[in-house]
Amino acid sequence: MNTSVIETSTRGTSALEAARLVLARDIRLALRKRGQLVQPLAFFAIVTTLFPLGISPELSRLRDVAPGVLWVAALLSSLLALEFLFRDDAQDGTLEQHVLSGQSLTWLLFAKTVAHWLLTGLPLAVMAPLAGLSLGVPAAALGGIVVSVAIGSVALSLIGSIGAALTLGVKRSGALLSLLTLPLSMPVLIFGARATELAIKGAGFAPPLYLLGALAVLGITLAPLAAAAAVRISLE
Amino acid sequence: MAWTWFHRLGSPPYIYGLAARLTPWFGWLAAVSIVGGLYGGLVLAPADYQQGDDFRIIYVHAPSAWMSLMVYSTMAISAGVGLIWRIKVSHAVAAACAPIGASFTFVALVTGSLWGYRMWGTYWEWDPRLTSELILLFLYLGYMGLRSAMDDMQRADRASAVLAVVGIVNVPIIHYSVLWWNSLHQAPSVMQLAAPTMPASMLIPLLLMFLGFTLMFAALLLVRLQAEILSRERTANWIREAVAS
Repeated sequence: MNTSVIETSTRGTSALEAARLVLARDIRLALRKRGQLVQPLAFFAIVTTLFPLGISPELSRLRDVAPGVLWVAALLSSLLALEFLFRDDAQDGTLEQHVLSGQSLTWLLFAKTVAHWLLTGLPLAVMAPLAGLSLGVPAAALGGIVVSVAIGSVALSLIGSIGAALTLGVKRSGALLSLLTLPLSMPVLIFGARATELAIKGAGFAPPLYLLGALAVLGITLAPLAAAAAVRISLE
Repeated sequence: MAWTWFHRLGSPPYIYGLAARLTPWFGWLAAVSIVGGLYGGLVLAPADYQQGDDFRIIYVHAPSAWMSLMVYSTMAISAGVGLIWRIKVSHAVAAACAPIGASFTFVALVTGSLWGYRMWGTYWEWDPRLTSELILLFLYLGYMGLRSAMDDMQRADRASAVLAVVGIVNVPIIHYSVLWWNSLHQAPSVMQLAAPTMPASMLIPLLLMFLGFTLMFAALLLVRLQAEILSRERTANWIREAVAS
């Protein structure tokens, strides 16, 4: 690509505008590769199917473990989806252009993470009720599950963006990525599963939801900074 | 200038010499306080009226658990210093910390599980402190895994430094979420060993062990730091002179 085109197109663009452009670009690109988007969702569905086969087909027993099953499956599927966050852009040099663009890398990476959440976290939240139903969750609890997975996956995407950025330069990074990301994601698992459990019992699930929200907000404030530092290190 | 001592701390040859000179001091002081603490704790201190002699494992368990956190903070702070001011020696300190911290964490887990077997009748209880200790071990393993996955030393230094800083922000969050998770799911832990209720004959050996473990960490860190500096500066001229002398 002609470098002068990039220079003229970014000059005078505000950070927010640049972030919006990156967001739109990432979503458009991802929608052209729908097969990739379906993979984490199919993985989520398969993992939640494994548990009834492994534990028992009795819905009453499955209902007790449903929060844990849903959240562990969500955690693993978001981990799988992290592969798509930076990898393609790092390989074709787009990420390098982001670093060189003179725009705030923090904002650009935040936009990429938001796009990633819209494409993986949000569909997961929409799919979670289906998995919930198959685990014997009462219909009244499904709204709570959607909200908690939607908020929790924001935090998961942001925590994951740090791990994905750190392992950019590493070949076959899958196992390492999970070793870096999963310990940091445990609070999300705890509060998410708790909110889901309370929702299934029909109790008020607002307190763990607030804590999930707090984790998401903390992630929004700090994770893009760390991810930007990590991308700079990985690409230098 | 009064600040020259600070700048010298960034120089590998100076630190190498300093570490070599300080290691025996910390090592011997650590040996003396650990031997003293063990004698006080295992021989002099009376048996606990409830736990009998079982409680004595605290003289290894509590200092290891304390060190596991302290080493992580040391590692994260020196990694952060190295990241911000690009000081090579700080990265070497952080790299030297990780295996020591992971070992302390492992010892704390093993002794905690042995103690748990005597007190709770099971080797593993999802006690909040044991659980956060386990997660801390995973954080150490992740840090070391990231380091070993990168061939380029400078990149490994800086990438793992970002991870250590992210980790230290998360350690309190993980600790409190585990505490909260646990308090909802089971009755409070059986272990109630609040320090002020401990008689002096039990407490003083424990404090000696804390001191001894801290000094032992300092000595081990200095030894590992020398090795780190040797391997990082192996092409430098001063190394040849230092090794030859």
